[in-house]
Amino acid sequence: MTALRAMLGRELRLALRGGGDVLTLVLFFIITGAIVAFAVGPDSVLLARIAPGMVWVAAFLAMLLGLDRLFRPDHEDGALILLRQAELPLSAAIAAKVMVHWLVSALPLILASPLLALQLAMDGETFWRMVASLLVGTPALAAFGAVGAAVTVSIRGGGLIAPILIAPLSIPVLIFGVGSITASQSSAALLFLAALSLMAVSLAPFAAALAISSAED
Amino acid sequence: MTDRQVFPPLTLRATGLSCGRGGMTLTADLSFAVAPGQCLLLRGPNGTGKTTLLLTLAGIVTPLAGTFELEGTDSEAGPQLHYCGHRNAVKPRLSVRENLDFWAQVNGPTGLDIQEALAEVGLGELGGLDAGYLSAGQSRRLALARLLVTHRPLWLLDEPTAALDAEGHELVTRLLDRHLDMGGLALAATHDPITLPDPGRMETLALGVRT
Amino acid sequence: MSIDTTPKQSWWSRIAHPGQFVAWTSPLLWPLTILTAVLFIIGLWFAFFNSPADYQMGDTVRIMYVHVPNAWLSQFVYGVMTVSALGTLVWRHPMADVSMKAAAPLGAMFTALALFTGALWGRPTWGTFWEWDGRMTSTLVLLFIYLGIVALWRAFDDQLRAARIIAVFTLVGAINIPIIKFSVDWWSTLHQPASVFRADGPTMPGSILTPLFVMFFAFTFLFLTLHLKAMHTEVKRRRVMGLQRRMAQGDAA
Repeated sequence: MTALRAMLGRELRLALRGGGDVLTLVLFFIITGAIVAFAVGPDSVLLARIAPGMVWVAAFLAMLLGLDRLFRPDHEDGALILLRQAELPLSAAIAAKVMVHWLVSALPLILASPLLALQLAMDGETFWRMVASLLVGTPALAAFGAVGAAVTVSIRGGGLIAPILIAPLSIPVLIFGVGSITASQSSAALLFLAALSLMAVSLAPFAAALAISSAED
Repeated sequence: MTDRQVFPPLTLRATGLSCGRGGMTLTADLSFAVAPGQCLLLRGPNGTGKTTLLLTLAGIVTPLAGTFELEGTDSEAGPQLHYCGHRNAVKPRLSVRENLDFWAQVNGPTGLDIQEALAEVGLGELGGLDAGYLSAGQSRRLALARLLVTHRPLWLLDEPTAALDAEGHELVTRLLDRHLDMGGLALAATHDPITLPDPGRMETLALGVRT
Repeated sequence: MSIDTTPKQSWWSRIAHPGQFVAWTSPLLWPLTILTAVLFIIGLWFAFFNSPADYQMGDTVRIMYVHVPNAWLSQFVYGVMTVSALGTLVWRHPMADVSMKAAAPLGAMFTALALFTGALWGRPTWGTFWEWDGRMTSTLVLLFIYLGIVALWRAFDDQLRAARIIAVFTLVGAINIPIIKFSVDWWSTLHQPASVFRADGPTMPGSILTPLFVMFFAFTFLFLTLHLKAMHTEVKRRRVMGLQRRMAQGDAA
């Protein structure tokens, strides 16, 4: 337990001392919303209609941005090798990393989402449904992202290929995420989204650990 | 340093071990045993598989053939070894003390106190400094301090003296000697000569001898 | 009388050695090629000359004889890759790596063909090349996954190390494909309540089933033949690379 706590503490410190990485992600998220408005035009009816989809696209892209720092620094300075002789299993260390990745790259987006909701002319009820769907769905995005980052960690310049691998896997998250905001069966979609998140979060650390231990072999 | 933990008598035994990476065999059919209190020096020119052998023994690279075993360990016990590679795994954004404290917590704080370990490797005054300001040699010392904060019987050292000054070489020798005193085992790949006070504790394995 | 001194090897460990695998399976290559060609000739003859035109779709129904086998292969090949990935991860079988690598571009090709023939068929039948229909969309996502895997193979320098990592990703994909399929179906019914696109009618007359059946086997054997050949090529490529590296090393020493 102390080992897991140490891992969480270290990841959080590294992320928060990262010189404004969190702020960059939030800015990216907000700017994406503004770009949509510029591209579509200031038609608030149309904006409100596409808002749920745009929020999810912005969140998906913003979470991709932070992925490269998930494993690559630890791979490059040899820490991943050392973590394999630690008291806690590699999959637990990776689970801690995914948890912190969610805390520093998804939670700030959710906190900043009111700004995006304003930009995209979202009404109050839709806004709360969007917060719920982001809260439930972003853990799955973090988990799939971790798998993609783990698979590409030993490729030089692999940061480019990871999004290509992650995007198809994330399609169900986007579908159910947007569905749980707009669809007539939004509560069903939210349940599907929750099931997807639980499954992804419970399996991804093992898959990522397997990929990382194969990467050194 | 009065209450020295003494390790249970362990022997590292490799039989017919072949290691390699990327489908290439680098070291073929090695057999050796390292007894408690013994240090095995790996020597050989570059590219003869010293690092690969150490990584194999650390369980990171799968051996191509043969087996190795740390005899005498309890199967319930956790990891028994420290690997110290080329890369120091020092995070520039954490302070020196935070870096060391992390590894102590993750590996189990069974060894020296953080401050004692830092003093031992000559970084006692720098605990609060961001590790990004350390020189290459100082980073190396920090990596060596990691071996002290957690007691593990087997040390696998890859170029432990890299980037270290003359005093650093003495430091490595001193740490190694004390580890062997406690009944520990060590394998070290090195180009620099390491001379322990008691030469009977050292054996040399030459790699890359073409037959 | 001679005594057989060579140790008995199981077929499993025998094919584990790449050279042995090539030696053992090379005799299969020509019969497979001929079988595939014969099946194609029979199947195409049935498809073009000995099957009725659909009373609604006319002659365009004949696209089905190419489209359906390709759509089947797009999923079958992923199955082959999944089994090979298990072989790589669980048994560390060297030929499983090769099989996985050889299958990926073939799977991408068959999936692309399924989409292409689907679009060709969709134009006269539905009046549009592309429709965000559940089945087509999930096939498109499958194509993305195949292309991602192909890109991943190309990105790694060390193909031996790549195999285990890609096997992990292939398995993650295998778990995800049913979920993607389910979510896309849910999504498309949400947006288009009436499912008008039924490619296969409720009952198919035998005159359509026969060519479909033959073409189905023709395409499956085409895959098996190409897969085997691609595996042989990959084994040879690895041998060449190994030799080159050994030569480079020999020069250095």
